[in-house]
Formats: sequence, structure tokens, C-alpha cells
Amino acid sequence: MDKKRREFLKIAGISTLAGLGAPAVVDRLVSGVSPLAARAAVEVQPGGHGAESQAPAEHGAEVVPTGKQYGMVIDVRKFIAQPGLADECIKACNVSHNIPQFPDPKDEIKWIWLTGHENAFPDNSQYHLSETMENNQVLVLCNHCANPPCVRACPTKATFKDKNGIVAMDYHRCIGCRFCMAACPYGSRSFNWRDPRDPQGGLDMNNLNRLFPTRMRGVVEKCNFCVERLGRGEEPACVAATGGSKAMVFGDLNDPDSEIRQVLKQNYTVQRKPSLGTKPSVFYII
Amino acid sequence: MYDSGKIIPGLIIFVLIVTFPIWFNHGVAADPPKAELPKDKKQCVLPLSEIRPNHMKTLNQWRDEVLRTEDRSFFSVEGTMYQKSLQNACMQCHVSKKKFCDVCHTYAAVTPYCWDCHLEPVEEATKEDVN
Repeated sequence: MDKKRREFLKIAGISTLAGLGAPAVVDRLVSGVSPLAARAAVEVQPGGHGAESQAPAEHGAEVVPTGKQYGMVIDVRKFIAQPGLADECIKACNVSHNIPQFPDPKDEIKWIWLTGHENAFPDNSQYHLSETMENNQVLVLCNHCANPPCVRACPTKATFKDKNGIVAMDYHRCIGCRFCMAACPYGSRSFNWRDPRDPQGGLDMNNLNRLFPTRMRGVVEKCNFCVERLGRGEEPACVAATGGSKAMVFGDLNDPDSEIRQVLKQNYTVQRKPSLGTKPSVFYII
Repeated sequence: MYDSGKIIPGLIIFVLIVTFPIWFNHGVAADPPKAELPKDKKQCVLPLSEIRPNHMKTLNQWRDEVLRTEDRSFFSVEGTMYQKSLQNACMQCHVSKKKFCDVCHTYAAVTPYCWDCHLEPVEEATKEDVN
């Protein structure tokens, strides 16, 4: 078996032609069905996995958001009238979600916190502000935006808009790239630079909410609007901490009959940095 | 071959030493791990033949259903309602991570990262470890 180069090249050429040509011939034989359509037909067989959920809207129309959009109204007047109430809300959140309290502000983990009026509402005019407002600390948290920039920035879909309109986090998927932190205009996201269970200044491991996990080092965390409590039919921990004072009202912004919509109807409210177009779901009565 | 009188016995000794774990343990099967099962419960969320090899898939599926699709529906096992949760369902019956999870995971040399975030049940032993 002594092959000449010339013969080898001939055989190689014919094989290449056959290899390239065969699929085309096979496609012709499958009576006029184009390869793409044939593949799609196989996938959309009844019972096919994800066939229903991935059906595109007809004529490329946008899917109408029929779901809920949970939101919150924070009545700043009531927090001014009741000093200390805001701290109780923060404490309730910290306890409920096992949030570590690191002394160094660089390591800080914040879900809900207090900030100066000017910092909370930099869009609004701060010119000749009333004395009360000038010195007031406003309760701020994740705005659970209807158009969240953090969700668009996340490369792993670790943060996403859930069907209740909550900007949720899946810590299993977070790779700690902190793009979301750069994208969030409200500073609502905190990075776990240190292990939350760090014996030096982290969580008190003997005094935890055993129904909720902690986080691990290297993930970004944020307010989750207490999805776990909502799932049990309870209201968010901060709202519960305000008692019946209605200093915080939580509800579905898309339901015209909800309490929060009545409050919004009756009061003049502002949002944080509305000009950015993120459509924040947290409203403030100043 | 030069020095074959030294090299060949040397090689034989080397091979014997390297294969020591094989021939020393030959015919002696290591005890398979025996996870401690809850005493008062008989029924798991899935039959043993499914939950034992596929518990990690079940946990992943629960995680995705709860977090992604917000499907936090409860399910019933022997009349008791459970959440889809490692921390709040599995570990309610399997009260010891050390005697249940770790036994097999150590044997199989796998280190799942569940407990980096999720809280294991409080045990007497862990309290001692902490202190």
C-alpha cells in the first residue's frame, strides 16, 4: 500500500466535497423543510421543556407587564415626629436578615440606613431648605426600580427582577464583580469584603435569625423587600417595626385598589433621583 | 546492566512501598458511610432511591423555584407541611449536619458550599467548637 501524494490529494478532495455536500442533500430530501424550521419543529413538540414559557409574543409585540410591582411609601413627617423609629426599622432589618455590623465603614453592609436629606434627594433644590429638613436623616433602602440598572449590569443574572417586581438577588450565582454596585445610583448594594461570620466584628453566631441564611465573603447583597417574609404572608420587617403608625406603607403599585395607591393618591410624594429614569418604587412624603 | 544487584532489589522494594496501600488493604472493604437518619420520621420528601443520589438536584431545583419563579409553595410529607428549603425543611428532621451531611460528604471527598451561607442546626457539639 504505497500511496502517491497525487492520489492522496484526490481522495482528500473528494471526501471534503462529500462532507460539505451531504447535509445539503439530506435537507433537500426532508421535503422542502429548511434546516432551521426542522430544528424548531423538533423543539416545540408537545411537552417539550420550556416550550410554553419561551413562546415569543405575537408579531414581536412587547409583553405587557401584568405582574405586581411592590413598592413603599415612607412618610418622613412621621419619622421626624417619632425620633428613634427609624433606628428600630434598621434594627429589625439587621436582625431579620443576619446583617453583620462591621465597625469599619469600608466593610459596611447596608440594607436600610439613614442618610442626610441632601444626599437622599440631590435632584431636589436644597436652596433655603427648612431647618428641620436640613438636619433630617432620611431612611433609604433599595428602590426596587421598575427599570433597574443593576439588573442590566449583572453578567450572571444573579440579580434579577422577580415576578413581584422585587429586584432580587441569587447569592448562589453572584460572582462578586460589583458591576451592579457601579450601576446602582442609590448605593443600595454592599459588597462582602469580609466574611460576615468573621469572629472579629462580624455576626454574633449565637444570636442569629435561624430561618434566614447569612452571606459569604465575595458576594454583593442588598435589601430584598423581605421576599421570605412576604412568602409567609407577613409584611417586610421594617414596615412591621413601624407598628400601626403608617410611617411606612408597603404594597402593590400596580393594583389601583391597594393601600399604597390610596396613600399615593392623597399625598404629594417624591422619589429619589427620578431624572435617571430608573423608576424607583420607593416614594417619600416630605 | 551495571549494579543490577542493587537496582533490581531497589526497584522491587520501591514498587512494594508504593503499592503498599493496595495490597495492605486488599480484600478489606472500608465501611460505607452511615448517615444518621431521623428516628421519629420514616418518610423523606422523595423515596430513598431518588433522594440519596439526587438530593443535590432537588436542592438546586428548589432553589430555582423559590428564588427565580417565586414559587414558595409548601408540600406535605406524612401530613406535615414543609417549605422548599435546606435550612428550614431538610434540617428540621436531619437535626445534625455532622452526623448526616458530613458523614457522606467526607467519605466522598466533596465539599459543597451550602454552609458558607446557610445556617446549620444548632448542636451541642458546635457550641463547644465555637467556645
